[in-house]
Amino acid sequence: MAEKVLMKGNEAIAEAAILAGCRHYFGYPITPQTEIAAYMAKRMPKIGGTFLQAESEVAAINMVYGVAATGKRVMTSSSSPGISLKSEGLSYLAGCDLPAFVVNVERGGPGLGGIQPSQSDYFQATRGGGHGDYHMIVLAPASVQEMASLTIKGFDLADKYRITSMILADGTMGQMMEPVELSEVKTPDYDKSWAVTGTKMQREHNIINSLTLVPDELEKQNFARYEKYKIIEENEPMCEKFMTEDADIIVAAFGIAARVAKNAIVEARKQDIKVGMIRPITLWPFPKKDFFEAAKTAKHFISVELSMGQLIEDVELAIRCTRPVTLCNRVGGMIPSPAEVLDAIKKANEGGDK
Amino acid sequence: MSTTQILIAGFGGQGVLFAGKFLANKGLIEDRQVSWLPSYGPEMRGGTANCNVILSDEPIGSPIIDKPDCLVAMNLPSLRKYEYDVVPGGVIILDSTLIDETVDRDDVTVYYVPATKMARDGGFGSLANMILMGKLIAVYEDMGIKNAEQSLKKVIPPRKAELFDVNLKAVEAGYNFE
Amino acid sequence: MVVFDRPKSLVDVPLHYCPGCTHGIIHRLVAEVVDELGIEGKTIGIAPVGCSVMAYNYFTFDMVEAAHGRAPAVATGIKRSDPENVVFTYQGDGDLASIGMAETVHAATRNENITVIFVNNAIYGMTGGQMAPTSLPGQITQTSPYGRDVKQCGFPIRICELLSTLDGPEYLERVTVNNVKNVRNAKKAIKKAFQNQLDNKGFSLVEVVSTCPTNWGLTPDKAMKWLEDNMLPYYPLGVYKDRSAKKEEEA
Repeated sequence: MAEKVLMKGNEAIAEAAILAGCRHYFGYPITPQTEIAAYMAKRMPKIGGTFLQAESEVAAINMVYGVAATGKRVMTSSSSPGISLKSEGLSYLAGCDLPAFVVNVERGGPGLGGIQPSQSDYFQATRGGGHGDYHMIVLAPASVQEMASLTIKGFDLADKYRITSMILADGTMGQMMEPVELSEVKTPDYDKSWAVTGTKMQREHNIINSLTLVPDELEKQNFARYEKYKIIEENEPMCEKFMTEDADIIVAAFGIAARVAKNAIVEARKQDIKVGMIRPITLWPFPKKDFFEAAKTAKHFISVELSMGQLIEDVELAIRCTRPVTLCNRVGGMIPSPAEVLDAIKKANEGGDK
Repeated sequence: MSTTQILIAGFGGQGVLFAGKFLANKGLIEDRQVSWLPSYGPEMRGGTANCNVILSDEPIGSPIIDKPDCLVAMNLPSLRKYEYDVVPGGVIILDSTLIDETVDRDDVTVYYVPATKMARDGGFGSLANMILMGKLIAVYEDMGIKNAEQSLKKVIPPRKAELFDVNLKAVEAGYNFE
Repeated sequence: MVVFDRPKSLVDVPLHYCPGCTHGIIHRLVAEVVDELGIEGKTIGIAPVGCSVMAYNYFTFDMVEAAHGRAPAVATGIKRSDPENVVFTYQGDGDLASIGMAETVHAATRNENITVIFVNNAIYGMTGGQMAPTSLPGQITQTSPYGRDVKQCGFPIRICELLSTLDGPEYLERVTVNNVKNVRNAKKAIKKAFQNQLDNKGFSLVEVVSTCPTNWGLTPDKAMKWLEDNMLPYYPLGVYKDRSAKKEEEA
């Protein structure tokens, strides 16, 4: 077993990416994720990798697109405003079915917003972000250990499905330190016969392209891509359940919000309120079945989030609006306190705030 | 089984984050659950800085501290900002060289440590932060001086290895301060 | 005896370009150079957004289609991933000098070891003839129907001159393909731009002053005349930077 070390969430992502075999990083400075770039700038030259500070977020994601086209593991990281700029590349990556790994350490918005933690890019991430019909696999770590393990998982899922995986974290997750255990990663072999590596005069040329001017052909490609998404939705949803077995009230929360909610749930249990939590680990694919099943016995749901009500929509959809779902949220860089979450739990317990 | 939530606050440049790392690493060495969360912002130097450290024998929920068990205040604004957040029965440790006021509450235990003066007189330069950490680990029995050395070895980067001895001395001075 | 044949690196399909368009000539020159250097198996081309968007269908080597203006960034990724491969971008004026200006300038200043073929015909072709960053003062286009008014929308950008102020790039040359002699010169320049990459010399850009008869509203022969009378005085042909040659000279 490897030794446990204290690491910042951002550093854990960077080191895990290197362990996962990523040797190409392109980025542009933005708070609160710059430690990832700084870490890569130090490490990559020593292991024969590429660290390049691009001229813009737009350039960085297109450099990612270039390496992805060659079939190698590659990543970029940014924070909310920078991800908006990268949306162009995210859409092209999807249109070409290229595997890539992207990190969004969210901050408050819209616009330049602030630099404190936020989860308000939930829609942007889970609905694709850029133009066109597509999804990314969106992973939401709630600890520094998960920042690392979900990074490794993210690279694997990206290669397995030829899709972009995104870590959706927030400023606290990026900045906080917790013990992490990092060990050797065994990467399976993935078929990369589609990559542009030079024909070596031994095969037909490969073309990486998202332009299809014939409508019925483009339609077929979209249908095929969504067949793949169906498989992902079937196989890959992940969540953590906390005290849900007998729960009348279910809290839905991810990332830092789930950490806060846990404190409130422990406190509420002391007051004999039957409350538990489903913490989605994959935001897309959303763990719909787990919520749907929970709604058979639970009477009330609470969505705790650092946004104006984004996660709540997926909860309502997953339980098909069969139970009331209340929103407990703070935004702009504010984080709900355990007391605020406890209040929401108490109100739900009294049957209020439907 | 215990949990201690520690809030260290002061100006940027006073070594608030470093002090927190020392505590967190010490906890890790002692196989405890730990979390360390800094304030982060545009002020690299001179602005306010604080850091949340939780040491626990159980899994840690939120790494954010609303009601610290212990406040380490390194300047007056930090004391005034957080002193009423400390839980009743809690602890406040402050640098009495930089804070010449007293704590108004009588339901907490306050330790007035002239850390900046001690650092100056003892030849520890600007290590008031580590003197205060020394006091803190003396106050909490489950922490103590053990492993302070190993923790410092982890948090002081090799290129600054010459600072190890003086840091340890500062911690010991704080630990032995009555 | 066959004296003139399709280059091996060019796919045997009809090109979609308009009659009189010079893209066909430039595609052929690139393919000839790739054949002559024997690098077909390790060449990766990057197509832009613009008239040559479907260039990926015309070459036998691996191709990648980039987002508008991003070809130099994509090329950077590909080249950094496999430095042994030969990577080139093929871009028009809107792509390279307007929306992709940042990517162009920064790839140049990094002296990224890639080759850039820049086709400058002073107009947006694919979208139907709008004003380009290289449209001439007074030039009538769909979005400058009264002629390019420099007071309102500024002056054309001379890419070779602009990039030549940077310390980064290895080689910058402007050529054209209006007659046999100039086609030969253009090929020489393109070959050098690829050879530089093989020699690890760095960023090499060849600007090819070109025509767009359809969107200029001229017959192919009149378009060529317009190029000679209007484009060439504004965009003088020549070598704007050749660092290695300069070093040799100094030595």
